Amino acid sequence: MEMFDLSLIWALIIGFGIMMYVLMDGFDLGLGILFPFAPDEDARDVMMNSVAPVWDGNETWLVLGGAGLLGAFPLVYSVFLPALYIGVFLMLAGLVFRGVAFELRFKSHRDRRGRRMWNRAFSWGSAIAAFAQGAVVGTYIQGFETQDRVFVGGAFDWLTPFSVLTGIGIMIGYTLLGTTWLILKSEGYIQAWAYRLTPRLLLAVLAIFAIISIWTPLVNPLVWERWFGNIGWIWILPALTLLCMFVVHWSVKRRRELMPFMATLGMFLFTYLGLVVSKWPMIVPPDYTIWDAASAPESQLFLLIGVLFVLPFVLVYTFWSYWVFRGKVRVGEGYH
Amino acid sequence: MELDPLLLSRLQFAFVVSFHAIFPVFTIGLASYIAVLHALFYKTANPAWDRLAQLWTRVFAVAFGMGVVSGIVMSFQFGTNWSNFAQSTANFMGPLLSYEVVTAFFLEAAFLGVLLFGRGRVPQGVHLFAAIMVAVGTFISTFWILSANSWMHTPAGVEVINGVFRVTSWTEAIFNPSFPYRLAHMAMASFITGGFVVAGVSAWYLLIGRDVEANRKALSMCLWMLLVLTPSQALVGDFHGLNTLEYQPTKLAAMEGNWETREGAPFLLFAWPDQTAQQNRFEIGIPYAASLILTHELHGEVPGILEAPPEEQPPVALVFWSFRIMVGLGFLMIAVSLLGFYLRRGGRLYHSRRFLQTLRLMSVTPFIAVLAGWVTTESGRAPWLVYGMMTHAEGVTPSLTGGMALFTLLGYITVYGVIFYAGTYYLTRVIRYGMQPRDEEKLVDDFETPKRPWSAASTPFDDDPTKAEG
Repeated sequence: MEMFDLSLIWALIIGFGIMMYVLMDGFDLGLGILFPFAPDEDARDVMMNSVAPVWDGNETWLVLGGAGLLGAFPLVYSVFLPALYIGVFLMLAGLVFRGVAFELRFKSHRDRRGRRMWNRAFSWGSAIAAFAQGAVVGTYIQGFETQDRVFVGGAFDWLTPFSVLTGIGIMIGYTLLGTTWLILKSEGYIQAWAYRLTPRLLLAVLAIFAIISIWTPLVNPLVWERWFGNIGWIWILPALTLLCMFVVHWSVKRRRELMPFMATLGMFLFTYLGLVVSKWPMIVPPDYTIWDAASAPESQLFLLIGVLFVLPFVLVYTFWSYWVFRGKVRVGEGYH
Repeated sequence: MELDPLLLSRLQFAFVVSFHAIFPVFTIGLASYIAVLHALFYKTANPAWDRLAQLWTRVFAVAFGMGVVSGIVMSFQFGTNWSNFAQSTANFMGPLLSYEVVTAFFLEAAFLGVLLFGRGRVPQGVHLFAAIMVAVGTFISTFWILSANSWMHTPAGVEVINGVFRVTSWTEAIFNPSFPYRLAHMAMASFITGGFVVAGVSAWYLLIGRDVEANRKALSMCLWMLLVLTPSQALVGDFHGLNTLEYQPTKLAAMEGNWETREGAPFLLFAWPDQTAQQNRFEIGIPYAASLILTHELHGEVPGILEAPPEEQPPVALVFWSFRIMVGLGFLMIAVSLLGFYLRRGGRLYHSRRFLQTLRLMSVTPFIAVLAGWVTTESGRAPWLVYGMMTHAEGVTPSLTGGMALFTLLGYITVYGVIFYAGTYYLTRVIRYGMQPRDEEKLVDDFETPKRPWSAASTPFDDDPTKAEG
């Protein structure tokens, strides 16, 4: 066990899991937020059909992340969850409602009350879950009040102007993923609607990205030190984020179909990496690193064996289901 | 009254876990039943088996989906409400719970899709294989969860260093003393639950004369299984009780309502345990029976609750009564299974309306018995969270306030209430549609999308099912 730094391996696995979750569940939560603004019920059908085959696979990454944290970094689990108690409940309630809405909306007739009810459950559930996830990011950046490895703060410590901003930021970011996904998967008036929305959302994302980027180092000396210390190369990350934003803008103007979505994914990826380097190796800021938060090496190893066995299957399955359901979704037809 | 975060957290955990448990306890048994139906169809090519397999796969899809949704919430409970417990026991509990998730993950990735949507798309043998693997997968999940739970009752293979549990032997920790008994008891409970649900639904179909041939087959095979399993379950339960006697004597004393250690203890049929007076207010029992059951001797010694100081005693009345509910329903299930065997003579099994009605009502009994059994074992462990090593009070999240706990408790009740209503309503509709050929039931098929569990059940949510029968 001396040969490997198991905590580092686990940090990479969980970091990767969270990234996969954000990229994949992001666009389907985004579609949920867009739902009430869709031009008509046909458009809503198309939106939902475009993610129906893959969304539950997307959410399993969240479960894997949660369970993996308990196994590999229990301190994260036992500090984040009490600190975000109310937020975690809201997120779970949101995810459960939208999950059930997904299933039952298709089984209700369009003109019935049931359909409208499930529509509403879907959009509210998505919006609340997205906001809560953004607030988690904000809380992570702010740090936690701990004493002897135990959270000692209050129930609403997480809810600050800063975390509200990150919450809204993630909501708008996910919505942008949603519209660019829709550009890729739809056509005609639905695609035109998505094209119209994208530049506005992009502008909002840019504004929030700028505010958070300036705000974070100001409130957080460690982050200031990281960015304005002597590691020059990390500036490439925000530069790449901005480049991706430009590509989104440019490709939407050119009416490209795949590029806007890919560039938005890139934007999320580089922002995420930027966040990771800001905080590394702190996993429960401000006091604990990934090594402080780790479980016993024999436990990390025991779990690693199973996860390394299953991960390839999950990746292949994920790739396969996106491949099988590639192509446009049209009004009046699902995937057959 | 001051809101107690500890009590509210315990209520919340009891609520979410009970709600969640309903679905796996049913789907574990049902998955094996579906695999058997597939195997029978593969072997005999009788289309009745195929139609039964299709119907029950649809039911499985919905129940499995409900189980997954409610299970997501479970995986966060340990952190939100029991963070000290999570922190201390993560070296063991973390890998085990993760292995359960990983198994479910693997199962979903590889075989569930083939089972739900593979009919006619993959060769029959492959379909059968997928059905078997799904059944096996549900057992592997059960294995990890029950091992983790049993370890909390009879911890082994660990040492405590600075308040943190470290695993010294994975084999001893995973195969801890109560695990084999709990696993056997629970696996059989799943089969019995699946059996009574299928029997009850088949009985209902027979009552209204729908698809008689297939449903007679289903009813008959369920009753054969129940005839063997219900008495065996009583036996396994007895072994489980002896294991509890050895490792958790106080719990067993509470189950028996026995306050003072004594020889030749009666089995109490009725009693009113009074925790403050530390005795029963009233009791009627069968003399010597408890000693006989537990020690196999008339004058054997049965431990008393008073061996533990009052602050280390479980809530006796709750443990005592939930145990009796479980055992009582268990004997009722044995009786019904025997009655079914008796009625086979002359084929009365399929014609006695009274018996079919009874079976219909009996389909809820295994669920109540299972929940009562879990209440017995879990509240019987109180005040311990990890038996003899960590109490509930030590495990609860320190920063949690009563208000926060009350908010989420009410929240989960609301969320699950809505989901449960929608889910069971939909499930009954799937059953009402029964085994109609596919094309007759396509009412909302214009947006049928594969790849999600519930899309395996294409029954509409809000149409009148009776119209489709027309």
